[in-house]
Amino acid sequence: MQKYSIFNLIKNAFSGHQKWDLAWKDATPKKEYDVVIIGGGGHGLATAYYLAKEHNITNIAIIEKGWLGGGNMGRNTTIIRSNYMHDDNALFSEFGMNLWRKMSQDLNYNVMFSPRGIINLAHSDAQMNIFARRGNSMRLNGIDAVLLNREEVKEIIPMADFSENVRFPIFGGLMQPSAGTARHDAVAWGYARQADSMGVDIIQNCEVTGFDVSDGKINGVRTSRGDIKVKKIGLCVAGSTNILAEKLNMTIPVETHLLQACVTEPVKPVLDSVVTFGAGHFYISQSDKGEMVMGGDLDGYNSYAQRGNLPTLQHVLTEGIAMMPFLSKLKMLRTWGGIMDMSMDGSPIIDKTHIEGLYLNCGWCYGGFKATPASGWTFAHTIAQDRVHKLNEGYSLSRFNTGHLLDEKGLGTKTWIS
Amino acid sequence: MLHIKCPHCGMRSQNEFSYGGDASVKRPELNKEISDQDWDNFVYNRKSLRGKHLELWQHLSGCRQWIKVERDTATHEIFKTLKANEDI
Repeated sequence: MQKYSIFNLIKNAFSGHQKWDLAWKDATPKKEYDVVIIGGGGHGLATAYYLAKEHNITNIAIIEKGWLGGGNMGRNTTIIRSNYMHDDNALFSEFGMNLWRKMSQDLNYNVMFSPRGIINLAHSDAQMNIFARRGNSMRLNGIDAVLLNREEVKEIIPMADFSENVRFPIFGGLMQPSAGTARHDAVAWGYARQADSMGVDIIQNCEVTGFDVSDGKINGVRTSRGDIKVKKIGLCVAGSTNILAEKLNMTIPVETHLLQACVTEPVKPVLDSVVTFGAGHFYISQSDKGEMVMGGDLDGYNSYAQRGNLPTLQHVLTEGIAMMPFLSKLKMLRTWGGIMDMSMDGSPIIDKTHIEGLYLNCGWCYGGFKATPASGWTFAHTIAQDRVHKLNEGYSLSRFNTGHLLDEKGLGTKTWIS
Repeated sequence: MLHIKCPHCGMRSQNEFSYGGDASVKRPELNKEISDQDWDNFVYNRKSLRGKHLELWQHLSGCRQWIKVERDTATHEIFKTLKANEDI
C-alpha cells in the first residue's frame, strides 16, 4: 500500500495525480473464509481492521449489501464523546477516545478528529446537581469533565439564549473538553484502506440471504453472490439487525427506528464546540464547511424508511431555536434519516450468541459513530478469542435476562420516557 | 406526516397520536407459572421487521383510546386500523 505523505503527494504531482493506487480493491467472494463480517459500515470495517492488526487473522471478508459506509456511517452527526456515568459505558468509551486521538496516524488517513469539546446544558438546579454527579463519576474514571456555571457557558456560547424570560433558562452545563467531532466518511475509508492492505476482502453489493447453521454451529452464510463457508460470523448491521436475526430464528431486545439529522446552509464560524439542549433532545455542532449540523429525537415508531417525517423535525428544531434563536434565520440545506438499532435499555450489545461462531454487535441507538474504534477493537477480540473482553462485559446479550441492565439514560426505544 | 384513521374519530393527523409499540406481543397470563424466557419475550424481545407491522397507537389528543394499526415499516402505508379489542 502506498503511504499517504507529503513526499508521495509531491511525487504524484508529477504524474498529475493519475497514478495513485486504489485505496481498496473491489473483491469478489471466495468460497471460504476464517471470519465473515456482515456489514461494511464503520463498526464492521473497524472490526476487520483490528482482527487483522491485533489478532493476525487476515482471511476475512466484509459483506456489504449496499456500498461501503453508506448506512449510518454516512448519516450521523459525527459527535465523539465519553461523558458517561456508568463504569461500563465510561471505560469503554474512554478506551475509544484514546483510539480516536491516534486514529489519523494509526490509519495513515486524516480523519480530521477535532477535540472541540461537548457541553450538555442544564436548565435547573436539579439538573446541575445531576451533572455534578455525572462529572464526578467521569473524573473517577479518568475522563475530563468540567462543571460550568451560567457565566462560563455564556463565554463559550454567547449566541445561546441567555435572556431572562425564557422557558428553559441556562443554569450551566457539563463540559467534556476532550470530546469532539471527526470526518465520518474518512473513518470508514481509512479503516477500509488499511484492512484491504492487510488482505481483508471488502465485498460490496452482496446481500446476505441466509445462514447455514447445524447442531447449533455456524457453517456458512448464503449471499446474493454465492455461498461462503465460514466458522465465525460477526454481525455489524445496525438497523438491519432485526432482519438478520429473523433469518437466524432469534428475537432480540432491539427495535429498528428512524433517526433524523439535518444541516443548515453554511455560515461563518460561530460555534466551536458541540452543544446539547438539556430540556429535550437536541444537539448541534458546526461542520468545517460551516453548516450547522443538528439532530434530536427518533421519529418514534418502528421504521425502515431511511427518510424522515416532518413532525419530529419540527419538534427537534423548536428545541434548537429555543436554545439558539439565531438558527431561525438560517435556511435548511438538507435533512436525512438513518435506521437505528434501538436496544431496550439504550446501551449496545457486543457479545457471543447461543449459536457457536455467531457474534452479535448491535443496539447502538444514538451513539454508534463515536463507538466505532472501541466497538471494532472489542468485537475483534470477542471474535478472535471467542470470549468477551473486560471492556465489553457489560454489553452482554444476557443482561436483559439477568436484570443487569445498563440504563445510562434508560431511553432505548421509548423516546417518550425522556 | 402520517394520517391515521382512528376507528372512533375518523382520519386524523399523526400529531394527535402517540405510539405504543408492537401490538402482537401478548402479556403472559396472570397467576400462571411462566418461564423467564416468556417474560423476556414479553418485556424486551421484539421481531421489528421490515414490512407489515401491527402496532398500538393511542389517540392521545383525541378520544384517548388505544387502537391497533397495521402499517408498513418501510413505506409507512397504513393498511388497516382496528379498535384495541379487535383482532386482525
